[in-house]
Amino acid sequence: MATEYAFPDSAAKNADAAAQEFQTEKMSLAMGPSHPSTHGVLRLQLELDGEVVTQCDPILGYLHRGDEKIAENMTYNQFVPYTDRLDYLAPLANNVAYAIAVEKLANLQVPARCEAIRVICCELARISAHLLGLGAYGIDVGAWSVFLYSFEEREKLYKLFEELTGARFTTSYTRIGGVARDVPEGWNERVGKFCDQFLPILEEVLSLLTRNKIFTDRTHGVGIISKADAISYGLTGPNLRGSGVAFDLRKDRPYSGYEKYEFDIPVGTTGDCYDRYLCRGEEMRQSVRIVRQVLANFPVGSYYNEDAKKIFAPRKDKVLTSMEELINNFMITTEGPQMPAGEVYFEAENPKGALGFFIVSKGGGVPYRMKIRSPSFCNLSILPKVCVGSLVSDTVSILGSLDFVMGECDR
Amino acid sequence: MTAPADVTAALQSKFPQATPRPSGDHPALNLPIAEVFAALKYLRDEFAYDFLVDVTAIDNGVDASPRFTTVWHVYSTTGHGYVRLAADCASDEKPLAPSVVSLWATANWHEREAFDLFGIVFENHPDLRRILMWDGYPYHPLRKDFPLAGIQTPLPDIEVGELTGASVKPAPMMGGPFVASSGEMNMTDAEPSAKDESWNERSEKPASA
Repeated sequence: MATEYAFPDSAAKNADAAAQEFQTEKMSLAMGPSHPSTHGVLRLQLELDGEVVTQCDPILGYLHRGDEKIAENMTYNQFVPYTDRLDYLAPLANNVAYAIAVEKLANLQVPARCEAIRVICCELARISAHLLGLGAYGIDVGAWSVFLYSFEEREKLYKLFEELTGARFTTSYTRIGGVARDVPEGWNERVGKFCDQFLPILEEVLSLLTRNKIFTDRTHGVGIISKADAISYGLTGPNLRGSGVAFDLRKDRPYSGYEKYEFDIPVGTTGDCYDRYLCRGEEMRQSVRIVRQVLANFPVGSYYNEDAKKIFAPRKDKVLTSMEELINNFMITTEGPQMPAGEVYFEAENPKGALGFFIVSKGGGVPYRMKIRSPSFCNLSILPKVCVGSLVSDTVSILGSLDFVMGECDR
Repeated sequence: MTAPADVTAALQSKFPQATPRPSGDHPALNLPIAEVFAALKYLRDEFAYDFLVDVTAIDNGVDASPRFTTVWHVYSTTGHGYVRLAADCASDEKPLAPSVVSLWATANWHEREAFDLFGIVFENHPDLRRILMWDGYPYHPLRKDFPLAGIQTPLPDIEVGELTGASVKPAPMMGGPFVASSGEMNMTDAEPSAKDESWNERSEKPASA
């Protein structure tokens, strides 16, 4: 069913104005795809009655690159860089989610050290993503300074990511069966130092918003999502927890050793924009708590599964000295890590919500079908419901509080 | 909390035509497409599988029949388990599946996506439009007969296309990506090769592109 939008006819309006004291004609407004508050290329086709939104139709696909089609045409390791570009604010977390999904298909365990590195990656990525979310949200509702503080902290995180992965932004750090390289010398201490100095700054950043009159006015009681709606619309991550559902896959279905760490899941009470903001703030504190626990008991051992000779490409020095390793390296590079036939579905708790990979394999090094269940896609689907009846300016506040990424939504 | 084994057993006794589906992880069942709606409602109401994670489809190949399989994943926010249901669409030409928007609102966009990329028509869907590709796009890109590079199509805005002579062109593949093929097949077919060489260093760009 195509939606038709009638634009107001000015002549008819003038003729009508004599008869009516107030204009009640509805106006159609296209917000985006290049609007600062749509955080990328989302377009909202709004229908307005005065300043009140009466209909909201999100139009997606401006960033559709066909990642699922691409995945069907390349080997499992070749797809890792594409996962960076899903939620490009937390590429490390995407890498980890994807690697665990494929390892589940291969029925492969990774050593404790690899799991610990991955947990640190996920949690630092969460801090980095939430900092950007907060900074951008601050700008959306008129608080500039938060952005400046949070970006300074993100810069420190990027330095750590660069030391670990060689890239600041598109990290491509995991491989099927392990990670690309071990942690560099002294990196753990630097992560610990970052945590120590980060917590006081986080309190300072949050104090700029939490009791800020302008911020609370724009977020209190705005964009309320009920518990039932949040579940029905498939919301995940802080957006679902903001509505009071204690849904966190790190607790409910622990992966990568999350069951070993103590942390709390913050949940909201009313499900408005303010609750979602509070959840993100608290999640960063909990992430620091997890990272500190990992660092305190950092396992020794290998950073990849040494038995998975047909899956994890051997180290360079071995390739150049051993015939068998050379053959393995050639086979993994050209034909891809060999997987059994089967179907798996794995979801990880990413900064934006549950990022899922449904992989159908018919054997060999290439997936037959890969479906990416992106949290931003599901989170945005509630917009037609939650925006109706709100003011145009509140739409901006709601969009910011849902904290979505179009790279992941459109895939 | 209900154990996963009980769920499959209960579903199979309630829906005798359900058969176990090979799965690497979660309980999974194949169902006749006509029973999917009732089965999902049953899972939601009786077993607290209250969260619809995903609706998607699999194209089993151009020559396969049934060609399209629709897949549903549900999750229980209290029991913390997944169930996967799959059903083959009856028609290969015009695949149909039941819409579950009346059970979960999130199905709306998932079904629009499966319609957009696979061409599966979800019956009783309130607003079945394309979601990622633009309205009026003539193909369903995730079907196996759709080439990786894409197919030349007119611009979404016909008027702009007519004025400028521009169109949506296939991507230059330059002989890549260089990959092996999946599945059990002979070495010649499985060995790594470029998937799409319609336009690369050796063969000229097609005149129409």
